Amino acid sequence: MNRYLVQKLGFALLTVTALVVVLPILFLIGVIVVRGLGAISWEFLTAMPRNGMKEGGILPAIVGTVLLTLGTALAAIPVGVGGAIYLSEYARDTWLTRAIRLAIINLAGIPSVVYGLFGLGLFVLFLHLGTSIVAGSLTLAIMTLPTIISAAEEALRAVPTEFRTVSASLGGTRWQGIRHIVLPQALPGIITGIILGLLRAAGETAPILFTVAAFYLPRLPRSPLDETMALPYHLYVISTQVPGMPLDVQYGTALVLLVLVLSLNVVATMIRGYFRRRRQW
Amino acid sequence: MSTQHGTRTTHHAPRWSEFLIETLVRVLGFSSIGLVLLIFLFLLREGLPVFYQVEPANLFSTRWYPTFGLFGTLPLILGSIIVTVVAILIALPLGVMTAVFVREVAPNWAREILKPMIEVLAGIPSVVLGFFGMIFLAPLVRQALNVPTGLTAFTGAVLLAYMALPTIISVAEDALDAVPRSYRDAGLAMGATKWQTIWRVVVPAARSGIVTAVMLGMGRAIGETMAVMMVTGNAARMPLTLDSLFRPVRTMTATIAAEMGEVAQGSVHYHALFGIGILLFVLTFLINLFAAATIFKKRRKGGLR
Repeated sequence: MNRYLVQKLGFALLTVTALVVVLPILFLIGVIVVRGLGAISWEFLTAMPRNGMKEGGILPAIVGTVLLTLGTALAAIPVGVGGAIYLSEYARDTWLTRAIRLAIINLAGIPSVVYGLFGLGLFVLFLHLGTSIVAGSLTLAIMTLPTIISAAEEALRAVPTEFRTVSASLGGTRWQGIRHIVLPQALPGIITGIILGLLRAAGETAPILFTVAAFYLPRLPRSPLDETMALPYHLYVISTQVPGMPLDVQYGTALVLLVLVLSLNVVATMIRGYFRRRRQW
Repeated sequence: MSTQHGTRTTHHAPRWSEFLIETLVRVLGFSSIGLVLLIFLFLLREGLPVFYQVEPANLFSTRWYPTFGLFGTLPLILGSIIVTVVAILIALPLGVMTAVFVREVAPNWAREILKPMIEVLAGIPSVVLGFFGMIFLAPLVRQALNVPTGLTAFTGAVLLAYMALPTIISVAEDALDAVPRSYRDAGLAMGATKWQTIWRVVVPAARSGIVTAVMLGMGRAIGETMAVMMVTGNAARMPLTLDSLFRPVRTMTATIAAEMGEVAQGSVHYHALFGIGILLFVLTFLINLFAAATIFKKRRKGGLR
């Protein structure tokens, strides 16, 4: 009979553990939302920083992060989705295919700061792109690839084989089957994967440290070869590098970054949920 | 007539475009391998010079003062290890117990809340966690332990533990999921309680998946940069005694991030930072190789366990 008491205590312990995991997350979000809202104003979102970033707004950082994310999307989506199509539709189970999978796992595991070093070595210095939006976007794109490839491949594989068989039996070539039948079916899953990859890129600091980020640049970027401020790096700068920075500005910046990333997260989850419910197969 | 013409063109056109597209897709498929090699190549190109510019005794000494030509990487390596190991010691029990709770015990409504919350945690940018750590966790550590500064190895380890949790929980959950229902039924049929079945049958059956979870979490922790840099105080000291856990340390990643912006391209210091990059690349490569090996092996046996 004692073991049922043990079970009761055990389950209680597990519940406490789950709370220990979840409560700090809720607290973090709560604090940043409450304190951050105080700093948010129209000016904060749309003005240039002034007075050593202590006043004014964070517009160039917001614009910089949006541009970097778009650049990342531009470079990562075709390569990622193409790679996933190869793995799911063309590749046979050979040692070469396993080598690709191993490479993807390792790409996913490379530390973000090492991506920064690589971007500095290849894009900034070797290809003479300088610290620029192009260099930063390409660095982030490579970092994002494994997420996009894995998610897209999973979505493609989830499409039943019969869809391909029927397409082939109607005289479609393999690519026609992929282009007109398989891809449209897998699209929601692919889009979810892309968003999840991009939101990681949007929040990253280490890869853009030496490839694009400007410490203080109170103007909008003029070309893709221009440097720019970016939200994550800006938060790092104002919370560690600038003495006497008002806490409000720090919380406000953290909130804008958090909202940007988490709203993308919610969009991805909603797309996934919506199409999963509507799916016919 | 026009339809006939149409079919004829589609009959001829696809062969060429089919070939082109297949080639393109194949190239994209293999790009991952090319990228890993390219990354390693560039790290070697910029990092290897340090090994003949600086003698080995200096490289593996205990003092990292680049301005004085001292490039001892030991305190940085040990700093990374101490922070990572303590992070895993915290995250492993938390992660496995949460996975068990979610998979085996929690009512549906609790699961519906927990899983999205863990996804949210995975999505929080590391710089935001670092910011939060500086403002809340560090003062807490300072007061609770009565130490001069809250920016310590321990503070970094706690943050890292939370950053590794989403990986550990989701992989451990998959591992528990792959344990056949019959195992649980057998345990219960023998008269064991649900609690006993979980810890003596289900979790042991899932252990290699849990090891994979820990490896992946460790890979994530050792490579983490911003949050660690913001809360560990960044003092390049040898963390040799037990109380160094509650003093500032400096990790390899933080060293690169903090110093690369200020070095001259092509200087010894520049090459030394790339040298640390090589070490990080190789370390994470090995960790992931190990984790991947278990994943591949189990996949062939059917199910990750």
